[in-house]
Amino acid sequence: MSRTAAWADTRTTLRWKRSGSLISYGLLTLGLGLMVFPFLWMISTSFKTLDEIYSLSLIPSRVTWDNYAAIFQGTPFPRWMLNSLYVAVIATVSVCVFDSITGYILAKFTFWGKQVIFVLILSTLMVPTEMLIIPWYLVSSSFNGMDTYWGILFPGLISGFGIFLMKQFMESLPLELLDAARMDGMGEWGIFLRIAVPLVRPAFATLCILTFLGSWNSFIWPLIITQSEEMFTIPVGMAFFSSEAKDSSNWVQIMTGATLSVLPLIVLFLCFQKQIIRGIATTGLK
Amino acid sequence: MRSTGVIPSRPKRRLWFGSGIGRLNYRHKQRLFIYGGLLIPLIYFVVIRILPILYSFNVSFREWGMLSPDKPFVGFDNYATLLSDPLFLKSLVNTGIYVVVGVPAQLIAGLIVALLLQQVVKLRGLFRTAYFIPYVTSVVAVSWIFRWLLMKNGIVNALFIELGLGPQSFLYSPSQAIFWIIAVMVWQNIGFQMLIFLAGLQNIPKLYYEAAAIDGATGWQRFVHITIPLLNPVMLLSVVMASIGFLQSFTQVLNMTGGGPLDSTISVVLHIYNLAFKSFDMGLASAATVILFVIILMLTLVQLKVLGSRFQQE
Repeated sequence: MSRTAAWADTRTTLRWKRSGSLISYGLLTLGLGLMVFPFLWMISTSFKTLDEIYSLSLIPSRVTWDNYAAIFQGTPFPRWMLNSLYVAVIATVSVCVFDSITGYILAKFTFWGKQVIFVLILSTLMVPTEMLIIPWYLVSSSFNGMDTYWGILFPGLISGFGIFLMKQFMESLPLELLDAARMDGMGEWGIFLRIAVPLVRPAFATLCILTFLGSWNSFIWPLIITQSEEMFTIPVGMAFFSSEAKDSSNWVQIMTGATLSVLPLIVLFLCFQKQIIRGIATTGLK
Repeated sequence: MRSTGVIPSRPKRRLWFGSGIGRLNYRHKQRLFIYGGLLIPLIYFVVIRILPILYSFNVSFREWGMLSPDKPFVGFDNYATLLSDPLFLKSLVNTGIYVVVGVPAQLIAGLIVALLLQQVVKLRGLFRTAYFIPYVTSVVAVSWIFRWLLMKNGIVNALFIELGLGPQSFLYSPSQAIFWIIAVMVWQNIGFQMLIFLAGLQNIPKLYYEAAAIDGATGWQRFVHITIPLLNPVMLLSVVMASIGFLQSFTQVLNMTGGGPLDSTISVVLHIYNLAFKSFDMGLASAATVILFVIILMLTLVQLKVLGSRFQQE
């Protein structure tokens, strides 16, 4: 190919690329609207007065905080948020502790029964939760676990997915480093806590966030195990509250509640984007 | 300390209580760490994950009312009852629709967004964030937001009327409701799918595209012959995961339609939920979970086999 022809070729490619990316930008922006609009509409509704909720304008003519005041004073919403927070924090800590130990052991040691244990843990991921829920319910109801925090918590204290994630990250630790520490007389727990754990800090961030989100959003099990309003978590409370308030005048309240249950997650996600995205990309590829 | 396992010939010392762990040799200490560390997780997995599965099978073979004291063994009666129950069959058919429509829709949407994102350089982070946000938010809240958007006098209908499509009944229409629920599910999962595909796309060596371009392959040819085959392993994972997700449709269904109108959206899991926690027939409900389990297992195995072998050929 002559030099000029090559040059022309690059130029058409460039031009093609530019128009192509213009179309891409257009389509992506359109999609972005589709992704964000429902949330904007939700937030906008939560600031509207009752007589304005059917108006089709995104910006309320009079912004009111009354709906938030009403939800904080007249409903157990704050309690539900605290419940969710409490449960999510305990689940997150427990999952991080146990999944990291298990993942580390499975990644860095060879021992009798290792393969069996790993397969056993992974295979539980294939079992639909519904199959476990009925036995959990039957057992909880005979052990007074209904309507308690322990009842809500016990199914989520250790996660098979988390063990898998941790194992993937721990596998990259160089064995030489661990052996060097052993030579220096460091105990196994010391090696784990002082060498392995600090080195896979990104994995911890990912696991923490994903567990927290999962726990905050989990619905079917808390729906079944909680019975009194004070014990509801946010999704259960939200569902209960919304189906109670079926007459349309309460749409402002429902959207205010939805905003309260969604905004903390969005803020959390925006703060920890990198870790979440990396975590999902890592697990997605392996 | 000099007691590392590297020095093999260490005189055996007598162990007694209290003289303890410090005196165990390196290999023993390691073994203790391994099995000690695994003890709690293993007990947990056996008690909370494995035994309940077995228990579930057991319950499914019994007539299990919550109030009656004895739970007689009835063999396959529960299964027979379910398979002759029109509502259960309806829920099976609906679940089939959720999977057959939802999975490809989600994959295609995710792939399109991922490919578009690859084309752009500026604002990529912003787009990725915006597409991903629905995935991290609460399914219950999202269900109610869409209920609000899709109301008879809601904003979507206003838009439909504006576009000349006429007012729709959306979630109140037995022929449309299920597809709107699927649309919401797809909407919420696009971000996840996009991320998986983006990660997959980044793993395809640029070299292949350059080589194909030199050979004069068009954009479409490059897409069909390079992108798709090399995305296959990622695609396999996505198909399996999305299928399992759609097979377990519940939260959106319960919150958006409650299974109606005229049972047109009821899913297997919603049916299980109603059997177990509305009519408290745990035997029937367990049998239904076993059926669901078998379906998920079979589908996953078939997908792994079919899609997996296709990948290996290419």
